[in-house]
Parts: sequence; C-alpha cells; structure tokens
Amino acid sequence: MPDFLLEIGTEEIPARMIAAAQEDLQRRLSDLLKRERLPAAGTLVSFDTPRRLSVIAREVPASQPDLTEQITGPAASVAFKNGQPTPAAHAFAKKAGVDVSQLERVTTPKGEYLSAKITSKGRRAAEILAESLPREIASVYWPKNMYWRKPSERFVRPVRWVVAMLDDQVVPLEFDGVRAGKESRGHRILSGGKVAIPRAGGAYVEALRSEKVLGRREREQQIRRDLDAATRAIPGARWREDKSLLETVVNLTEWPSVVLGSFDREYLQLPEEVLVTVMRDHQKYFALEDAKGKLLPNFLTVLNTDGDPQGLIRHGNERVLRARFNDARFFWQTDQKHPLRERVAWLKSVTFQKDLGSYYDKTMRVQRLCSWTCELIRDAGLPVRPGVVHKAACLAKTDLTTELVKEFTELQGIVGGLYARVQDLDHGMPDETRQAIAQTIYDQYKPQSAEDSVPHKVEGAVLSIADKADTIAGMFALGLQPTGSKDPFALRRQANGIVRTIAEHKLPIGLARLFELARETYRGGEAEKKFARGVDFEDSLRAFFRERLEFYLKEQLGYKYDVVNAVLAAGADDVVDAVARAKAVNEVRISTQSQGLPGFLAVCRDFKRIKNILEKAPEGGSIEPSSFRPELLRDNYELELHKRMQFNAKKSTELIEAKDYVGALGWVYGLNDTITQFFDHVLVMDEDPEIRKNRLALLMKLLKEFSVIADFSEIVTEGKS
Amino acid sequence: MACQKLAAKSNFFRSNSMNPAKPNPPTFQELVLRLQTFWAERGCVLQQPYDLEVGAGTMAPETFLRVLGPKPYKVAYVQPSRRPADGRYGENPNRLYKHMQLQVILKPPPESVQELYLESLGAMGIDLRQHDIKFEEDNWESPTLGAWGIGWQVMLDGLEITQFTYFQQCGGVDLFPISAELTYGLERIAAFLQDVDSIYDIVWARDPETGHVTRYGDVRLADELQMSVYNFEMADVEKTWKHFELCEAECKALLEQYANLTKSQNPRPVSPNDGETRTGHPASEKNRFPLLAAYELCLKCSHLFNILDARGAISVTERVGVIARVRGLAVGVAKAWVDQQKAESPPEADTEPDKAVGEKRRLQVVSSAR
Repeated sequence: MPDFLLEIGTEEIPARMIAAAQEDLQRRLSDLLKRERLPAAGTLVSFDTPRRLSVIAREVPASQPDLTEQITGPAASVAFKNGQPTPAAHAFAKKAGVDVSQLERVTTPKGEYLSAKITSKGRRAAEILAESLPREIASVYWPKNMYWRKPSERFVRPVRWVVAMLDDQVVPLEFDGVRAGKESRGHRILSGGKVAIPRAGGAYVEALRSEKVLGRREREQQIRRDLDAATRAIPGARWREDKSLLETVVNLTEWPSVVLGSFDREYLQLPEEVLVTVMRDHQKYFALEDAKGKLLPNFLTVLNTDGDPQGLIRHGNERVLRARFNDARFFWQTDQKHPLRERVAWLKSVTFQKDLGSYYDKTMRVQRLCSWTCELIRDAGLPVRPGVVHKAACLAKTDLTTELVKEFTELQGIVGGLYARVQDLDHGMPDETRQAIAQTIYDQYKPQSAEDSVPHKVEGAVLSIADKADTIAGMFALGLQPTGSKDPFALRRQANGIVRTIAEHKLPIGLARLFELARETYRGGEAEKKFARGVDFEDSLRAFFRERLEFYLKEQLGYKYDVVNAVLAAGADDVVDAVARAKAVNEVRISTQSQGLPGFLAVCRDFKRIKNILEKAPEGGSIEPSSFRPELLRDNYELELHKRMQFNAKKSTELIEAKDYVGALGWVYGLNDTITQFFDHVLVMDEDPEIRKNRLALLMKLLKEFSVIADFSEIVTEGKS
Repeated sequence: MACQKLAAKSNFFRSNSMNPAKPNPPTFQELVLRLQTFWAERGCVLQQPYDLEVGAGTMAPETFLRVLGPKPYKVAYVQPSRRPADGRYGENPNRLYKHMQLQVILKPPPESVQELYLESLGAMGIDLRQHDIKFEEDNWESPTLGAWGIGWQVMLDGLEITQFTYFQQCGGVDLFPISAELTYGLERIAAFLQDVDSIYDIVWARDPETGHVTRYGDVRLADELQMSVYNFEMADVEKTWKHFELCEAECKALLEQYANLTKSQNPRPVSPNDGETRTGHPASEKNRFPLLAAYELCLKCSHLFNILDARGAISVTERVGVIARVRGLAVGVAKAWVDQQKAESPPEADTEPDKAVGEKRRLQVVSSAR
C-alpha cells in the first residue's frame, strides 16, 4: 500500500501559530482517511517548519474497498399492483442501479418491503484526496489569516507550493491556485531552492535534510545541544531555561545554530528585569547566569543558518543589543528626573477607563479600599502594615507615566517597584519601610497567570486584591461584565488572581464584603453617574466569583467537580474556608473509599434521598425546620434519629468551630446507620398529616444542620466520579 | 561642527569589540541609489518624496491612493517621515524626529515577492550567506488611515530592517488586488552596513575627488534639534488646534461637495439644451474634482495631530477621539477616490452587454499589467 505525503509550502508562518495548525491539519487528514475508508497504518507523522506544514500517512489503501449495501425501498404493496411493477418500483430500481427483476423483498415488522443489493465500487485514494483535501486545508484554523489572490481564499500567509504524493505519484489537487507537484523547497539561503521529492514517506524527510531543513523535534534537540555547547565557552555559566522562548525560536528556524554574544559589564548596573525583558521579549535571546543565578554579560541567539564563521552575525546582534540597552539606560536616567511622588498628580491625565475616570481617580479609590481591607485583616488578628500598603497604593500607578514603561509596557509595576527602591519616597523614611513599599508596588500585578506566583507579602496581596477589585467592581457596575468568550478587560483573569491571592495568603476577606467596600469607594464620584441602571451588582458578582472559585478548586487544586459543587453549594463567599472544606471533603471521600468504609458515600446517598422526599412532598415548600416538635415523635427509630442528630450536631459544630472539618465530617457520616434504620422502619409520608409534617420537618432539620461543610447530596455516589 | 561634537560624545556608544569590517560599505546616498536602481530595474516607477509632512511612506498618495481600486502599479520612493513625538533633540543615537523610509509598492505582489526582496538586500551589499535573516510575524495597522495588513518584520542579525506587509485594507476599503508594501528603514540599514552605533555617524556622502566625508549629522542634526524644540516646547497649541480645525473643515467640505455631485447626478433630468451650457458630463465633473487636495488636507490634520500629541496637548481621553476624526477624513477620501476611479473608466456597464464588458476589462487589466 502506498505512503501518502502532503506538504503545504507557505511564506513564513507566525511562530506562535505553527504547532496548533499542524495538529489541526494532521487531525483533519486522519479523520478524512477514516471517513473515506482509507485508514493509514499507525498514526500519521507530522513535519513542520516556518515554511511548511506536512503530514505523512503510511500505507494508505490505494482504493476504498468496494461497498455492498442492502437498501430498503417502498412497501411491496405500493411497488407492485396486480403483480406488475408500479412507477415506485421502477424508481427504486433505478436508484439502486439494478433491473426491476433483481429487486428482492424483505419482511419487516411493518410489512413487506422491496430491497436491493447495491455494490458501489471503491474509489481511488488519489481521486478522493484530490477532491477532499483542499477543503480540509482551507478549514485549518488560524488566529489571523489573510487573502492574496481572491478574498474568498484565506490562509495564514500565501501558499507558494504544494506537494501531494502517493508513493511517487502526484495526487492532482489544487489549493488556492497552486497545483500540487513533487517539488518542495529547501532552506531559503543554504539550499539551492527547489527540492525534488522522490517519493512519499521517509525519503521526503531525507530529501529536505540534505537541503538544510529539519523537523521540529530535531531542531529543538539541535538548539538545546548548541545552547549547551556555546555556554561551555564561559566557565560555570548556564543558560536560563525558558520554555516559551525555546518554542518560539524552534518555530523561527529551519536549520538552527547558536551564537554566543556579550555586552559591556556596565549594563549589568541596569536592573536584571529590564535586561532580561530586552533580551528575551525584544531580541529573543537566552540570558546566561552564573552558578549563583546572577546574570552574566552574555547572551545566546539562535540563528536560522549554519554558523557565523566570521563573527559578523554576533557583531550585528551585539550592536543591536547595545542600542537597546542604551535606550533603556537613557529612559532610566530621564525618569529619575521626576521621582514617583511627583508623578501622582500626572495620573490625572492618564485615562484608566473612559467612564471610570483617570488613574488618579483609581489611585484614590484603591487607597481607601486598601485601608478597609487592612482593617478586615487586623480585626481577624492577623499582621499587616497599613502604612506600607497606603503609600504603595498611592505610588502604584505612577510608573505608567515613565519612559521606561512606555517603551517596555510588560514591565509596568515592576518598574515602579524598582524606582521606589532607589528613590526618596518620604523624608526620613527608614530604608526597611521603603523596601517594603517597593516590594508591594513591584508585586501589584501578580499573579499575571496561573503559573505566576501571588504577591510575596501580605501588603502586596492587599494592593493586588484592591486594585483588581476596583476594576471588577467598576466594570460590573457599568454593566460591562464578561460574556461568553468576550472579556476584553481580562476580568476573569483578575478575579482568578483575587481568589488565588486570598487563598494562598489565607486572608479573612469575604468576597461580598470586599465588593461592597469596592462599590463604596465609587459612591458620590463622577464614575457613579455612568453606572448602568438595573444591574444587579451583588448577584452578578456572586455568580461570577462562584465560577472563578469553582475554576480555582477544580483546575488549580484538582478537586473533582462534584466535591466542588457540594462545597460551593454550602457557601462560596469565604475563599479560605471553601478551600478548607473542599480539602476535607475530598480527603474523607478518598480515605473512606480506600478503607472500604461505606459511611460517607452512604450518607451522601441518604441526603440525596432526603432531598428527593422533601421536593416531592406536597407540603414540602411550606415546612420550616423550626416547626419540628420533638413531642410528636413516637416511633423508636425516629426518636433514635433525633437523639443521634442532636448529639452529632453538637459534636460536629464544635469541630467546625475549631476548623477541624475532617473530624466534623466523621460526625456527619456517622449518622448513616441511624438514617438507614429510620428509613427501613419509618414511613415518612404517614397518613396523619401532623405526623407527616413533623417527620418532614425532622428531615429538613437534618439537612440544614449537617450541610454546613458541603451539600452532600451533590456528591456523585454511583459509578466512578 | 555640530557633528564633530556629537561624534566625540558618541564614542560612548561605540562598539568596543573588533569590527569585522564590511568592505566598502555604501554611503547613505549610495544605499538609496542602489535600492532605487534595483527596483527601477524591476519595473517600478521611481517617484520623488511627497512634499508634505507625513508620518510614513504609507501616507503618501503613491501608496495610500494607489493601492485602492483594480489598477496594477509598481512604485518606489524615499519618504522622509516625520514623527514629532519621536524627536530627541539629536541626542539619542537611535531615534529621530524625521527618518527616511524607502517605500516599495507592488500591486499585485508577484509570486516571488519575498525572493525579490531578498535579492534587493544583495543589491545593497549584504551577502545573505554570511548573515542571519528571519521573517518574524508583525502585522501592521494604522488607526489614523483605517489601514492594516498582514506581514513580518524582517530581522537581519537581530536588527529590524524592513517592514513587509500585505495590505488587506486601506481607508476602510477592502483591497482587490492586494499590494505588497516593503518599507526599508534606511538609517538603520546604513548604520548596520557602515557599522556605526550612532545614526549621526553614518557617512551620507563621500566626495570621490577629495575623499571628503559628509555625515548624517552634518546634514540633519540641526533639523533634529530645532524641530524637537519646536514640537516639544514652542509649537503654539492654540494655533495648531486652529490649523487642525481649519484643515479638517475644508477637507470635510470638499468631501461633502463630492458626495453631492454623486447624489445630484442621478435624479436630475438633463434636458438636451441644458446639457451644453452646464459644466459638462457628470463623469468629467467627478474626474476634475480635487480629491487629491482633500487628501492633502487630511494629511495636514494627521501631522498637526502629531505635533499636538508631542506637545502634550492631547489627553489620553481626547486622543482616541482625535484619531477617529482623522480616520474619518482618510476613510472619506478613500471611498470617494474609489468612486472617482470608477467614473474615470467610462461607464461601459450602462451601455454594453455584461459579457463584453467583462472581456474588455480583463484585457485592460492584462495590458496595463505588462
């Protein structure tokens, strides 16, 4: 069976898009082959570079197998009248491609029907691929695409050649005006250009290799090897591992090599953050460090060529870096002419959001919110330095007016922190205080992503939370909450940051209270006039944060969805508490299961049953747990249940107050036997309405008293969960 | 003189590593000549710089208007590009208030456009086998022009030397065919070729008889210094606003008149006698309408906005609004221009059967492409 090769040759594809598009193309070809009954042996092999996406399918059947089908036609009674075929019979025979005499009859439960066997000849793979592949190629997803020939033909960049071969035969397909052939292209500079591909399969990869084009994995290996080798020139040095940078340079090259460059030591006086940002983000260089992790005055750049014998490339890159560092130093020096404290007033002319006012307005609000948040923390007996937070909040946004941040926007916050470290923030301020303020400013945007850490100190945590809460509160009040995939202000990410920061710093900050205070800082201001009417601020925020908390518990802490649902149903305002409850429920479920103890899942099942009974009971809605009257109990089992409930509730409440949720859960699932006995012997829906109502009230009381940690009826008790 | 001082100062910026000198790097003017010759030999019209202040070669009508509509065109020109906010009083070795772009428009782009581009680097004296060249994603967008495209920044040994863009939209109009725009940063390339760390040290010209060298700083330093002073310190904000408003109003008025021309053309029945005494055929009325002047007014607005911006006279809140005003003008001109171009080719569609028109148009396109 022949091998199949598809190569789409393009102009340079953006590095960030290659991997996903390649995966998409491979999946599409694989699905197509399966759909068309042309399954390849084994999985498909991908090959991609900035200038091509290729897939190799091994041993594809040259043709589809013939297909025999039995198809059913009209009812016999309709198809034949008086033994003669009617037009219906003729039509069916024509559709099936057989003579009327060859039509068969089948008996079905609905009666007798005509039937015919049709055999469709399997089509040739080449024909099917030529016909269907262009559509699949056109459907590959690109975050941004373009047209160059007709507006209806879109791809990431112009397609310049296509190779499509079954073994050594061209599959005659055409994509966006390019006819497939057997000619690929080698490396832009190092190869003569066109490369004849002898046949699909391994020969393709070999042909490209000889024209200085390597596949992705090989390029990565080669770059790693070369980075290591180049680093050895400096004793004790190592290059800074950087996964995303490595991925980028792998996707920018077809034949990579590495060059070591250096810069003047005097630039090491600039903060490391600035140097690394210039090297990594702007120049795509790897930084080098010594054994202690200190930055060295060197860099590694990955070339798309086979070396730099004359040192011209190194020289050129050093020149560019020098200019960039000079710029940064120039900005740094210029910025010092106006210390941060002078820049607070400048924030009046920097818009935060058109309806929410300037960054100055935001600063004023965040300062107040910080003070109140500090009070919450102190009231709970935890340490925090309100003075540090207050000063940091005041200066937090001033770096937006600096030249350095205008040039390197990704360094906002960090630059503020760095400047605060070296500037006079207030006369006579002790150095320790200044460093604490600087760190607080530095950390204000943390965590920037799920991988980033939260602020190091509680002061940074407070500022980070207050800043984000201010933005979220303002946006929600304007009616600009995220919807579906639309979240232009990244409010979800910011909310995730709040949840994580509260959780990891174990802060006693209730979400409802936080946003009540955040909303309060807007009161009476200009922005408030723009707030949307009819927005249910509290409800929409509650729902929004419940989702964020759910995301945190599930995606970041890895709890099962039913545990998360159960825990959040019992409360989603206190993040720290919700995390503790989820941890306990998860632990108890796993430990009881591994010890073969049925109690926990059984009690969850009981709770579900109780919930069902209450929901179905005609008087369900009208009963209050407080209407329960112990004197109406008569059956021993219900008396026993009530007794156990009182005892266990007392025990579990004590433990909950001591935050021993695992212990408390023991008293919850300890009820299981008693509940089982109760259901075995007591009919809840008694004929006497008084007794019935009282029993319902008892169950309701049970649910209420024992669902403090979680709503256990949410736990999945059947099968695997 | 000024340059002498600056050169001394810029020793600070000079490379301390050994200079693997490139043999006979071109002077600045030789670089321009080589690129112009290269593109002229490939069929480009060599235009002269546009004589109004523009922020980029894209804004010159040779790009902005030529990329609109169906007519193929190939052009190359140097465009001095003014960006008041980028001025640094001639003190920064890498940044200029006014830099020079060499702008090439290929409409439609030939299939081998990237290879052509790489050849042009060879023409400048760059041996690609000795360097590292990469095409890195960089899509270009100009909010003031309502224009955007897809493309790359071309990196040579870590230096961005060219912006390579496939235009997709201009003045809010979808383009068909599209154009390729190559924008060479001449100062950067010259500094690279001559291996100097300051733009002001670039050799602009070398007298072949005396060997006397004229540097970039000799030619342009005073310009950088004085215009920085003007743009950052002395431009009269109130008057600049007034200029802006006057230009905007006039541009708008012109666009309105053009729109009226289109409106009045259809409903008004023309009596035979009347026709002769009036200014003539509506199509020719359209043809002579000064949309080019309207575009110049729009360009003036754009530059005045840049001055106000550099002067710190536009708050961030206002900024978006003013950009939108300029874009409104640019989009208005682009739409009118497309309409005017249609009017220029006689309205065959009204008189001839569809098929014949199609044939004829195709022929036209083919012949003008050659």
